[in-house]
Amino acid sequence: MSLGPYASFIVWSYLLVALVVVLLIGWIALDYRQQKARLRDLEARGVTRRSGRGAADLS
Amino acid sequence: MTLIDLANPTRFLSLTAKILPWLAAATAILLAVGLYQSAMAPDDYQQGATVKIMFIHVPNAWLSMFVWGVMSLSALGTLVWRHPLADVSAKAAAPIGAAFTFLALVTGSLWGRPMWGTYWEWDARLTSVLILFLMYLGLIALWRAVEDPSRAARAAAVLTLVGAINIPIIKFSVDWWNTLHQPASVLRMGGSTLDKAFLIPLLVMAVAFSLLFVTLHLAAMRNEILRRRVRALQMQQASQPRA
Repeated sequence: MSLGPYASFIVWSYLLVALVVVLLIGWIALDYRQQKARLRDLEARGVTRRSGRGAADLS
Repeated sequence: MTLIDLANPTRFLSLTAKILPWLAAATAILLAVGLYQSAMAPDDYQQGATVKIMFIHVPNAWLSMFVWGVMSLSALGTLVWRHPLADVSAKAAAPIGAAFTFLALVTGSLWGRPMWGTYWEWDARLTSVLILFLMYLGLIALWRAVEDPSRAARAAAVLTLVGAINIPIIKFSVDWWNTLHQPASVLRMGGSTLDKAFLIPLLVMAVAFSLLFVTLHLAAMRNEILRRRVRALQMQQASQPRA
């Protein structure tokens, strides 16, 4: 597969899209872990929801 | 399962926990198929291989507008129906929409340089998309600046609905003004002008990126629900008398 004289523009476009998508996924995954850790920490300190369910309970 | 059923954040978390792995798998498979088809697509007789940029530029450009549409519906949900997850949806969608708009701008610029001879031109299409990107950033800043989520929700909802005026301007800018950008060639009256060799990979990539958005949006909404749960518990803890 030859990308012709403008190969660098094509390759950079795809690389940039891949990078931003990976960053988005990573950011969302990290945020999830952080929120879960904060909820577990609050639960460990005895702070509970009014419903009585565990703070980090997602089901 | 109705929209009302999903108004309960706990039920929403439970449902999305089940469907997110399937959505992620479908997105990955469709992206792989789309990328393979994009790589195998023939060169355009005028643009040569640079036409391959279209397969990532166009889905990102479509999604940049679609996400604002989702946020506008969510804004209506906040202001009219007071749906508990409407603001969560809008707030979670904004950074994803900003990322798609950024990618539409940059890939368009990288496509424009070899085809038009310039990275940027202050024409109606490019400028209106840049304004959309700035509006995304403004909304994100607004949510971060206002501490009370319900006050931020109302202000952001109004701003989102006002900003929705920009969406038809972006869509029809190539018809209303003389622009360097080409007119619509897929979503137009009279059908697509694209050859099937380009249209099929483009549509596969568009569906793949749309699935990617749905997956990321649901995951980000889950995070936002958890963030609000953390905030509520922290406030509850702060209001408890110290022993």
